[in-house]
Amino acid sequence: MSTVKDHAELAQVFNNDEKRVDWHDETLWFVRAKRDRASHGIPDWELLRETASQIKHNVLSNMHNYLVQFEDKALANGVKVHWAANAAEHNAIVLSILKEKGIDRMVKSKSMLTEECHLNDFLQDNGVEVIDSDLGERIVQLAKEPPSHIVLPCIHKKKEEIGDIFHEHLGTAAGESDPQILTETARQHLREVFLTRRAALTGVNFAIAETGEFVVCTNEGNADMGAHLADVHIASMGFEKLIPQRKHLSVFLRLLTRSATGQPITTYSSHFKKPRPGQQMHIIIVDNGRSIQLGREDFRNSLKCIRCGACMNTCPVYRRSGGHSYHTAVAGPIGSILAPNLDMKKYSDLPFASTLCGSCSNVCPVKIDIHDQLYKWRQVIVKNGYSTKTKTAMMKGMTLALSSPAIFNFSGKAGRLALKFIPFAVNNGLNPWYKQRDMPAPPEGSFTDWYKKNRKGEKS
Amino acid sequence: MKVGLFVPCYINQFYPKVAIATLELLEKLGLEVGYPLNQTCCGQPMANSGYEHLTGSTNELFTQNFAGYDYIVSPSGSCTLHIKDHLHSDKVPAEAKNIRSNIYELTEFLTDIMKVDSIKASFPYRVGVHQSCHGQRGLKLAQMTELTAPAFSKPEQLLKMVDGIELVPLTRADECCGFGGTFCVAEEAVSVKMGKDRVADHIKNNAEYITAADMSCLMHMEGILKRQKSPVKVVHIAEILNAAMV
Repeated sequence: MSTVKDHAELAQVFNNDEKRVDWHDETLWFVRAKRDRASHGIPDWELLRETASQIKHNVLSNMHNYLVQFEDKALANGVKVHWAANAAEHNAIVLSILKEKGIDRMVKSKSMLTEECHLNDFLQDNGVEVIDSDLGERIVQLAKEPPSHIVLPCIHKKKEEIGDIFHEHLGTAAGESDPQILTETARQHLREVFLTRRAALTGVNFAIAETGEFVVCTNEGNADMGAHLADVHIASMGFEKLIPQRKHLSVFLRLLTRSATGQPITTYSSHFKKPRPGQQMHIIIVDNGRSIQLGREDFRNSLKCIRCGACMNTCPVYRRSGGHSYHTAVAGPIGSILAPNLDMKKYSDLPFASTLCGSCSNVCPVKIDIHDQLYKWRQVIVKNGYSTKTKTAMMKGMTLALSSPAIFNFSGKAGRLALKFIPFAVNNGLNPWYKQRDMPAPPEGSFTDWYKKNRKGEKS
Repeated sequence: MKVGLFVPCYINQFYPKVAIATLELLEKLGLEVGYPLNQTCCGQPMANSGYEHLTGSTNELFTQNFAGYDYIVSPSGSCTLHIKDHLHSDKVPAEAKNIRSNIYELTEFLTDIMKVDSIKASFPYRVGVHQSCHGQRGLKLAQMTELTAPAFSKPEQLLKMVDGIELVPLTRADECCGFGGTFCVAEEAVSVKMGKDRVADHIKNNAEYITAADMSCLMHMEGILKRQKSPVKVVHIAEILNAAMV
């Protein structure tokens, strides 16, 4: 087995500080509760979800045509369109655009795709400085950490820790943790960045096939600040960001932020259509495994995701294990069904980091059957040989015992605490059940024993 | 009406009283209840671990045991859901299909099929209801807080018929307890933390008992309560509905 820690090990480390787990859980539960209030206030909420899901279904079924249409319209609008088959191609395209203009400093608003492609590291290795302009992203960037949540990148950090980071990097007073002061400091710091960077990269929330325009949603206006002040605007998008028509935004914009944070709409929902005079506008359309996922019938619907993060906020496992324990750019339930597509071996642990409670599927604004896909990934991962030999041996043993009433009843009689075929019931010091839990006191006999005696008149 | 009683393996071995309560409840309704003695397990522990391909033999055994019953009733939402979603038989596919559509978790059988509108039982305690996820979100035994939809709860509908019972509201009405089958040992730290938090919610809201339609959730929470030496107890819903009048 690899030496990389899996979700269970990383989550165990996270749980060493229970007070912190409580704080993390409560913080995200607060967001889930806000989401509930916002969604319950819309009588047609379930219809909206169904509609969004169907629109995306149409997109996934007609991907080729919508992509071609989008490219045509974007080109006609004066936008340069690039196609990247994978992360490396995407990163190389960004670098070549910057090199052509002789640019070695770029500002970037939030884009989970660039996290997926590890763009920042790549550009840094090639002599380009990148500054993330989303406040949360800037904080984790200064801390040299990846985001732990797709909408709330530094949700794992307390304000005192952010104060320490700002003290070290942005010159605030030692011990300063007042959110107002810290935010103002970041604002002044980023203002200088916006004014001086000649290139800005943004993500894309929705790309409209009908018009060739794209929509970027932020609460801080940082995408706009970057893009409007820069000579070069690069927008990176996974190809699943397409929607057919502008009118469909009325469905998605109502769903996105209510699901994400409980707000009615993002503060800024900015439409970008054509470069302003003298500006260059590039769109990079990225595949990076998406075609493969599109071809996996059981997992295709994962591409409907609009990256609201609602599944993370509601997930009882995510809230108590932290985003970093998922060791992938997109954490939580959605990340656990996306990541195995990119690297089944490396992420073979993630579909198991769930109780299959199903809350994720219920909050998903585009009705992705997340928990069913987690179950299906487990089957695929085992069949592809990414399970441990011990587990396989144990499962085979269980199957044998449970397939034979004789063995089952014998094992039961032999001592109810030694039910070897029920994994949580193995009574030895190595069983993690007993670390923090007791087992039920063994009854005198099984129900089958009782039934034979009391309903069949058999003597025990 | 011939009813087959399906008793999940761990209930058979660890909680026979839950199965006895279930059987007696069904008998009180005048039903002819059969208990196939060769039953073992629904196969869920393997399937949820990614080994559904190994469940062929348990599927055949299950089908063999329960073919021919009008209804199959089980005091477990989780095991019922597994059969409903995953039972298949190569030998007798039609029988397996029948079982899939005729298997009911106990409370939904009582409310939807038997249309029970009164229960002679008494349980004079403050009780917190744990909504087990597979029963609630899988079998739709109760409305889910995530959805914008009218509230209902089949377990609570029945519990409200019980004499003297006081149902306590919870701060988080339907959060998972963290049992999750093999998750409870594979992800021990998170599983236990989830269980501790669930239990704390019931304690904070002054429950004397935690009840549920799934004994596996209760076994997990009981394990934590016992380790904490808490006076709060767990009780399966069948035991409450079958409790004697006082």
